[in-house]
Amino acid sequence: MIVLTPLRKFQFPVIAECINPDVFQGKTLNEIAALTLWEGNKQKKLRGLFKIEKNTAESPNITINGDASEVRRIGMGMKGGDIVINGNAGMHLGSKMVGGTITVHGDVGGWAGAEMRGGVIEIHGNAGDYLASSYRGSSEGMHKGKIIVHGNVGSDVAVFMHGGTIKIYGAAGQFLGFRMSGGTIYVEKNAETRVGACMRGGKIVVAGFLEEVLPTFTIDGVKPKVKIEENEKVSGPFYVFLGDLAEKGNGKLFVSKGNNPHLSQYEKFL
Amino acid sequence: MELLIKNGFVYDPINGIDGEKMDIAIKNGKIVESVHPKKAKKIDATGLTVMPGGVDIHCHIAGSEVNTGRLLRPEDHAKDFERKTAITRSGVGYSVPSTFTTGYRYSRMGYTTIMNPSMPPLEAKHTHEELNDTPMLDKATYPLLGDWWFVLEYLQKGDLKECARYVAWMMDTAKGYAIKIVNPGGLEAWGFGRNVHSIDDQVPDFGITPREIVRGLAKVNKMLNLPHTIHLHTNNLGVPGNYVTTLDTMKCLEDLATDNKPVAHITHMQFSSFKGDGWGTMSSAAEEVAKYINNHSHITLDMGQVIFTDTTTMTADGPFQYSLYELSGHKWVNHDVETETSAGIVPFRYRRKNVVNATQWSIGLELALLIDDPWKIFMTTDHPNGGPFISYPKIIAWLISKKARMATLKKTHPKAQKRSLLTSIKRELSLYEIAVVTRAGQAKALGLKDKGHLGVGADADVAIYNINPEKIDISQKYKTVRRAFNDTAYTIKGGKVVVKDGEILQHVDGCTMWLDVKTAEQVKVDEEIKRKFREYWTVEYENYPVTDHYLKISNPITVKASV
Repeated sequence: MIVLTPLRKFQFPVIAECINPDVFQGKTLNEIAALTLWEGNKQKKLRGLFKIEKNTAESPNITINGDASEVRRIGMGMKGGDIVINGNAGMHLGSKMVGGTITVHGDVGGWAGAEMRGGVIEIHGNAGDYLASSYRGSSEGMHKGKIIVHGNVGSDVAVFMHGGTIKIYGAAGQFLGFRMSGGTIYVEKNAETRVGACMRGGKIVVAGFLEEVLPTFTIDGVKPKVKIEENEKVSGPFYVFLGDLAEKGNGKLFVSKGNNPHLSQYEKFL
Repeated sequence: MELLIKNGFVYDPINGIDGEKMDIAIKNGKIVESVHPKKAKKIDATGLTVMPGGVDIHCHIAGSEVNTGRLLRPEDHAKDFERKTAITRSGVGYSVPSTFTTGYRYSRMGYTTIMNPSMPPLEAKHTHEELNDTPMLDKATYPLLGDWWFVLEYLQKGDLKECARYVAWMMDTAKGYAIKIVNPGGLEAWGFGRNVHSIDDQVPDFGITPREIVRGLAKVNKMLNLPHTIHLHTNNLGVPGNYVTTLDTMKCLEDLATDNKPVAHITHMQFSSFKGDGWGTMSSAAEEVAKYINNHSHITLDMGQVIFTDTTTMTADGPFQYSLYELSGHKWVNHDVETETSAGIVPFRYRRKNVVNATQWSIGLELALLIDDPWKIFMTTDHPNGGPFISYPKIIAWLISKKARMATLKKTHPKAQKRSLLTSIKRELSLYEIAVVTRAGQAKALGLKDKGHLGVGADADVAIYNINPEKIDISQKYKTVRRAFNDTAYTIKGGKVVVKDGEILQHVDGCTMWLDVKTAEQVKVDEEIKRKFREYWTVEYENYPVTDHYLKISNPITVKASV
């Protein structure tokens, strides 16, 4: 396995698509050290920015020790292998990835897992905005795979999500699951407003506090439990809302009954 | 500059040349009898197929409607973009490409002349600005006149002469090339949330019927001696059972035909050839339509072939686009263009596994194959309504090879396969017939004397494809043919080699053709017209006409009218 340690604190963004198990595979230490990447507007070699070591352990394939919060596009488009980051990671972590795993023991920037097609990302700190979303212009967000965030996430998470699972053990920002059409999102703590705006399918579960449900959602019932994944259920009870009716949507929004007494007014429509 | 294309297999249907090995000489942008054998630059076309440059009779590539489509479809641009090169400009877009990309892509397929079929006169300036920025191609555009208040008023009064004068005035004012009629009467009704459902329905407030509009404008077209016929998008387009309306429309024009000449071009016929009472029973009416066309000679058609892909539908037929929006639930743009027309845009994905879409795919091909005379039906996708124009090579493959058709049919919905007539059709078009449906027939229908052929005096627009008809059996090796039509070996535009092996060699600008119709008496722009503009339009008359300096390269075609 390869261990990368930043040589200094980066002042400018480092665009490091090359930090990817697929790229490293089959290369000698010297070849890896000679991979090119950009720091700000200057092209650099990997060895100019990181201390590169090799040890005999099989897994993980790549470990980054130290603060990589300015290092962007780590594991972008990776097809297999695993990356562990002991520290923070920058924007676009694992975006468009197809397989493999990325574990971050720290926070990550925006666009992590954007347009993801498979694999697993686990983030032990917080994640930024646009987690698992589609890039600008595109209508293809996350399709498959799994993202677990143990901290909070920013706004516009899972925009145009079509499939896969996202579990957030902290709180979520506005527009969670905007325009999603499939997949499951679970938020253990609070979610800000406009959850599921324009959603056409899929499932969002908010186990914490939600100030309001969009007026284009209609209440469907109360359920004691909701399934998140194979063999994983969360106990409620939950209010079940259907929407977004403005888009003729058929998405399901589960909101905890216990944490949201102000939503009890919906019960009269049942 | 002199150019000599040596030894190619030449397909030039207008001059009756079918795959003969011969040389084509070019001088000063025109085809000539011969050139200086030493001075001329030579292109060795041995073993290659030489055809006139492609002509597209119907493709939405410019104007406010197309541009709104671009704004509506960021996802269309995200998935398809082209980088800048030393010669070409960058661009985006799959179904609604940016102007430069449109030009380059057409040129790479060997096309040199294209017709933008729907321009509301009010948006004419915008359309011409975009056409100016569409390189590599000669182009023209058809103003939408079928629901223009001036036309409706004079038809209501029965004053065809005055109507003809106004149409002539509009050709000059909007710099147009032919009379485009979309859902006659329906667009005016759409302004009030209504539509017309047969050719004998009344148009609200005007008291005339679609029949009178179509017949009236067909007569006007004749009085003005316009090179193309009226260009017609029928009523009830895209509605199951609409072939009855389509047949009615064709029948109502029968008596206007003289000397076996066509009097109308019905465009994207596939969308007008549906049988059935609803989407559940929708099936193909290609047999009925083909039978009629085979027995009559007053109509020409184009296919409007559907391609299984994600595309953007856009037409002036506002009510149709509304029903498509209801059907698909996709995003929708609706627009009413003051006194002239309406418009709608809806993104749409044609799916193999959808019975209706697969049947539509089949109808397009059935029409092209069941109509015996290739000079009557031309190849289009109604870009981008049936699919983007870059799919033309796919359609060519389906037309020349039963094997190719069957390979695609096999992947469609089983119900659609059962309903399709394609299994029983053996016909496979030859390269000669392909040359007719992609260039010669279209040029003839458009009345373009210098386009679509390689006779002496024609414009030196030539496409050379990497196909050796002596060596390969095109119906078996359809993939080779498809590749060849995707990227030409050479495209020559106005005597200049602009594409070689699918790479753009130089950027050239094409001209914009428009009709300068000379009528005995002309429309006087008096206080009365200006008052109408002030009352009916949001622009003053002074800002309305497209003046000559708006066109980068203006190519007026003078027509002497008989009124």
